[in-house]
Amino acid sequence: MEDRTQLNRNLAQMLKGGVIMDVTTPEQARIAEKAGACAVMALERIPADIRAAGGVSRMSDPKMIRGIQEAVTIPVMAKCRIGHFAEAQILEAIEIDYIDESEVLSPADDLYHIDKRRFRVPFVCGAKNLGEALRRINEGATMIRTKGEPGTGDIIQAVRHMRMMQSEIRRLTSMNEDELYEAAKELRVPYNLVLFVHENGKLPVVNFAAGGIATPADAALMMQLGAEGVFVGSGIFKSGNPAKRAQAIVKAVTNYNNPKMLAELSEDLGEAMVGINEQEIELIMSERGQ
Amino acid sequence: MKIAILALQGAFEEHRQMLLQLGVESVFIRNLTDWQEYLAHVRKSREGEGGLILPGGESTAMMRVMSDEGLVAPIRKAILEGLPVLGTCAGMILLDDQHLGCMDITVRRNAYGRQLGSFQTEHEVKGIGIVPMVFIRAPYIERFGKGVEILSTLDGHVIAARQGRIFVCSFHPELTGDTRVHQHWLSGLS
Repeated sequence: MEDRTQLNRNLAQMLKGGVIMDVTTPEQARIAEKAGACAVMALERIPADIRAAGGVSRMSDPKMIRGIQEAVTIPVMAKCRIGHFAEAQILEAIEIDYIDESEVLSPADDLYHIDKRRFRVPFVCGAKNLGEALRRINEGATMIRTKGEPGTGDIIQAVRHMRMMQSEIRRLTSMNEDELYEAAKELRVPYNLVLFVHENGKLPVVNFAAGGIATPADAALMMQLGAEGVFVGSGIFKSGNPAKRAQAIVKAVTNYNNPKMLAELSEDLGEAMVGINEQEIELIMSERGQ
Repeated sequence: MKIAILALQGAFEEHRQMLLQLGVESVFIRNLTDWQEYLAHVRKSREGEGGLILPGGESTAMMRVMSDEGLVAPIRKAILEGLPVLGTCAGMILLDDQHLGCMDITVRRNAYGRQLGSFQTEHEVKGIGIVPMVFIRAPYIERFGKGVEILSTLDGHVIAARQGRIFVCSFHPELTGDTRVHQHWLSGLS
């Protein structure tokens, strides 16, 4: 029997050690692919512009997404609103490779996420702690990323979320088995997922970092904190030299433990995205969708 | 014997796990220094034993980092001089005549379409038997030369082949619990 959940988890495994880049045009998609992106996220506006524009932000025009699918051979992802299963159905109909049920867009449902097991295409979801991650996995997400704080160029929230997940994972692995039932209750997740984390010391799906990564050093930091790859949204195409920065971040993810190489590839990248500090922002996207 | 695994991007950790199950040591290759150290290790070892695994992942991403790191020519040279290779999915693409040019094959990328076309099956591989197969946005071999031995064909498309000491497949043996493909490849090394 065909096991879509397994196949979809497997695709995420193929993306590991890679960089997934936000792109808004076929031309940007080609730049990203050439720079070594392992996938692209097709969207009309990158998070920094969504922040600037305000208002309700929704799934992108399918025609725009198809344009990007035709421009590159690597996997193409796209975002739908939290809980908006009709948008997800549309993305499945155009054969998207991965759907990001994303807090970057305005949530469509403040209670329920999409029942992702009803779909054949895979879903990635954001999480800021272990409970959120396991709840999304229980709903059928086959890949997790930190929420971070998208469109800010400020890494602090991604760091906070990754550290939180890792420390909660360590806490579960050190528990006695009879303590796991209570842990499952606290986390509001099924016992079998808690048991998996207890036994394996990691999530049952691939875990990427996202939200605020702007430099090769940011990417290396997240990898050293336990990310298996990174999403870079506004950080690339809001910077002075997107192609060069993209390539540098790709190499930083491969050689995240090699400070000498990181020093070399951090040189002459031009201006990084301006960024805003977390205290300066009005809209905290990571509070969306618990 | 120690096996090198190209660890630029993709499912390299899964290959390491397969080798661990078989009691074989491995080392990740992330840059030129790693590769030079590995080749020096192979030269020093008894009868120059070694081998390279090119894992699944995105071939464009791997090719990008490979060329930026100056890995293309040295890896190509070592393979053409007889270093045994196992290439799975993207690894098979890297070996074809459009990329490293180590094998007389042309590979069609994303031959089964996008992720909705990914599938699992069980099928015969010559010399191994029926093995579980996972195809993720998989390629197949659309042209092969005289020196290439076909090891498996699925619905008329070549999905596993061998040329000398190079073994390639469209599917991902590293994603199943079945170690026979790795075992088969390793048994041909010594």
